[in-house]
Amino acid sequence: MTDDDRVFKALADPTRRFLLDQLFERDGRTLTELESQVDMTRIGVMKHLRVLEDAGLVVTRRQGREKLHFLNPVPIRLIHDRWIDKYTERQVSALLELKSELEDTA
Amino acid sequence: MTTDTTNYQTVQVHRVWIRATPEAIWDAITKPEWTERYGYSGRAEFDLRPGGAYRSLATAEQKQHGLPDVVVDGEVIEADPPRRLVHTMRMLVDDETIEAGFTRLTYEIEPGEGGATRLTVIHDVSDAPQIAAVVGGGAAGTGAGGGWPFILSDLKSLLETGEALGYQP
Repeated sequence: MTDDDRVFKALADPTRRFLLDQLFERDGRTLTELESQVDMTRIGVMKHLRVLEDAGLVVTRRQGREKLHFLNPVPIRLIHDRWIDKYTERQVSALLELKSELEDTA
Repeated sequence: MTTDTTNYQTVQVHRVWIRATPEAIWDAITKPEWTERYGYSGRAEFDLRPGGAYRSLATAEQKQHGLPDVVVDGEVIEADPPRRLVHTMRMLVDDETIEAGFTRLTYEIEPGEGGATRLTVIHDVSDAPQIAAVVGGGAAGTGAGGGWPFILSDLKSLLETGEALGYQP
């Protein structure tokens, strides 16, 4: 699986997107905090966090005795820069071409 | 006793894997001839020893848009090439960012498998919510650019392909 595959796979699940939203609201949370936000067993939340970590979307760091989870937005930016931009730019230029074509024939 | 979670909310962690050596990444972060080729393109000047000065200079274009000659200043706290760099930084863009004061940056560069190196940028932006928005990418589209996600994506492009994506405010 490529890096992009892992990110798309990680994002293709509503619970995992919800966990990312939780970290977006307030970053650096413990497993216990995250677990309290979802109706799921601790093991279930751990599995989802593992998928997010493998995709690089969540980074964990130790702070004292606690393991904190941080949202890492960089992989999403990479996909944006390499994929989304490519297609949206083409769309914009296609629209501009259409516009000038219509104006020429008008 | 109340648990103070303020710091948790204001530390940002940004990580990227780059197919390059730790040395190449270290140079790209600390040498002006590299820093002017990606991200906000400012020339960085580091005196790489504890207490040494750090500053980042505006490009000619940025100066035309009213930015001061020195856009960022700060102090080196720890320099352990090519693995770890800690320094403070203060944005001198306008009164608001100057007032926000110094924030603390840590770069961790760790070699991984298959020629990839893991770069983690930890930005402690405690008590500086304005700075947090800018460096976190939350101010993208307002002319402030995409912060760390943009800088690191651009750095990855430059080191892996020889070409950066370029600055888009």
